[in-house]
Amino acid sequence: MTPDDLQAVLLTLKLAAVTTALLLLIATPVAWWLAHTRSIWKGPVGALVNLPLVLPPTVLGFYLLLVMGPEGAVGRMTESLGLGRLPFTFWGLVVGSVLFSLPFAVQPIQNAFEAMGKRPLEAAATLRAGPLDRFFSVALPLAKPGFLTATVLAFSHTVGEFGVVLMLGGNIPGETQVVSVAIYNHVEAMEYGPAHLLAGGMVAFSFLVLLALNLLSRRREA
Amino acid sequence: MSIRARFHLDRGEFRLDVNLDMPGQGVTALFGPSGSGKTTLLRLIAGLDRAPGHLEVNGEVWQDDAARRFLPTHQRPLGYVFQEANLFPHLTARQNLEYGLKRLPPAQRRVDLERVLNLLGIAPLLERKPDRLSGGERQRVAIGRALLTSPRILLMDEPLSALDLARKQEILPYLERLHGELDIPVLYVSHAPDEVARLADHLVALDGGRAVAQGPLSETLARIDLPIRLGEDAGIVLDARVIERDPEWNLARVEFPGGSVWVRDGGHPLDATVRIRILARDISLALTPHPGSSILNTLPCVVEQIADDTHPALALVRLKAGPSPLVARVTRRSAHALNLQPGLLLYAQIKAVALVG
Repeated sequence: MTPDDLQAVLLTLKLAAVTTALLLLIATPVAWWLAHTRSIWKGPVGALVNLPLVLPPTVLGFYLLLVMGPEGAVGRMTESLGLGRLPFTFWGLVVGSVLFSLPFAVQPIQNAFEAMGKRPLEAAATLRAGPLDRFFSVALPLAKPGFLTATVLAFSHTVGEFGVVLMLGGNIPGETQVVSVAIYNHVEAMEYGPAHLLAGGMVAFSFLVLLALNLLSRRREA
Repeated sequence: MSIRARFHLDRGEFRLDVNLDMPGQGVTALFGPSGSGKTTLLRLIAGLDRAPGHLEVNGEVWQDDAARRFLPTHQRPLGYVFQEANLFPHLTARQNLEYGLKRLPPAQRRVDLERVLNLLGIAPLLERKPDRLSGGERQRVAIGRALLTSPRILLMDEPLSALDLARKQEILPYLERLHGELDIPVLYVSHAPDEVARLADHLVALDGGRAVAQGPLSETLARIDLPIRLGEDAGIVLDARVIERDPEWNLARVEFPGGSVWVRDGGHPLDATVRIRILARDISLALTPHPGSSILNTLPCVVEQIADDTHPALALVRLKAGPSPLVARVTRRSAHALNLQPGLLLYAQIKAVALVG
């Protein structure tokens, strides 16, 4: 493996780890709200969260590029805060990945919250547990399988991302060049050997992830 | 000491409109058919649901709309036992029991773990998760969990209805001990007349979201002018004292104000307080005492009141044996033949007396 390829692998893992951590923080309150609200906004917000499931990554990448660019609202904000511009940086990729994988994190967590219903929370309330206490002592542990699924899905989905990265981050080695982009480069350059190595690695990784998910869910049923 | 609850709820199909004053001690049964609003009322008292109203429990205001006061559930010093135990599946029985206990400041702990374990017989179950407990065991742990929060009031929502007969028989003695040993007022929701007869001291009968009767149990059960739909279960309960035991025939004589009856010996020692239940269908009426019959118990009574029963062929007759009320079910034809009317002296022949606790 060339040093560049190794760098791409490490960068991919870093991007996936950071994205997953942020996603769990963001998706949990969103999933909680979607699972419990009776607001008329539940439908629209749910659809918005799930939009990346159906949109081509290039569309999402394109709009993010505009919004985070020098003329965009977010771009102007980050520049005035002294953070510079996000496109073509690692953190730009993080923002794109978080949005792109949001449904994969929200849905399993939301399903877990919905499946437990309100009865365990009511029992906790009659046992003197306040709202936050109920969330951490009852809701979180009972939703653990949902969080596991969300973690695995968000991580692997980020690893497999291509379109958003290309639109938003381009192809800067060490900064934004992830494995999928590196494979693309190798194929463009007719370097099938290294392409095979990375591509085969991705296949093995994806297979292992799905196998692990399967085993996890089977252990839960047992 | 009392529990004053006033609620008005209108959900279209379902209405609840109650204004109750219940004793702040003993067991009060909220009794009624399904859909009568008894579980809703209990949830409103717990603060799990919300409706306009006013609620005061033993001098403490839990809800007062005028003062914009609504104590959230976790700040109400109550214990709640759900219809299905509702234990936390991720915690062991011990952790379930300790969940509420841990959240109670030590100074407020008045019920200790040892005592609850003994009272409910759950010490051997502590390390098991709820999915390794039987339905009856789960419900006992749930009752213990509620008791360990040292509640000022215990709310029980049909705690036996999800259990089969054998499991019910397993739990009922524990509930009776609870009643006898802990000084915690209980609101007990039930649609089962036998549970009410066995456990309650006070009765609130609900129907269609309204309280149709309330009062001390024996008095309220003896009211025949009320539309409490007891049907085959119409009858009275009396608290009595064991005064004689006959080992030869395995019988015990129990005394209540106004008379005594023989019952099957339930193993209670002399002077023990027991509760007996006499169903209206098990009493027949005669103008003279009837020697030469298989009937063991005959009580002289005075007719107080006659009312129509659910079937047009039948009538309910309210009697007084001394100060104690009895209710008999007879055909209207018999009532006519005996010329039953208030004030008439006659003999109640009692076919069966059940010892219910």
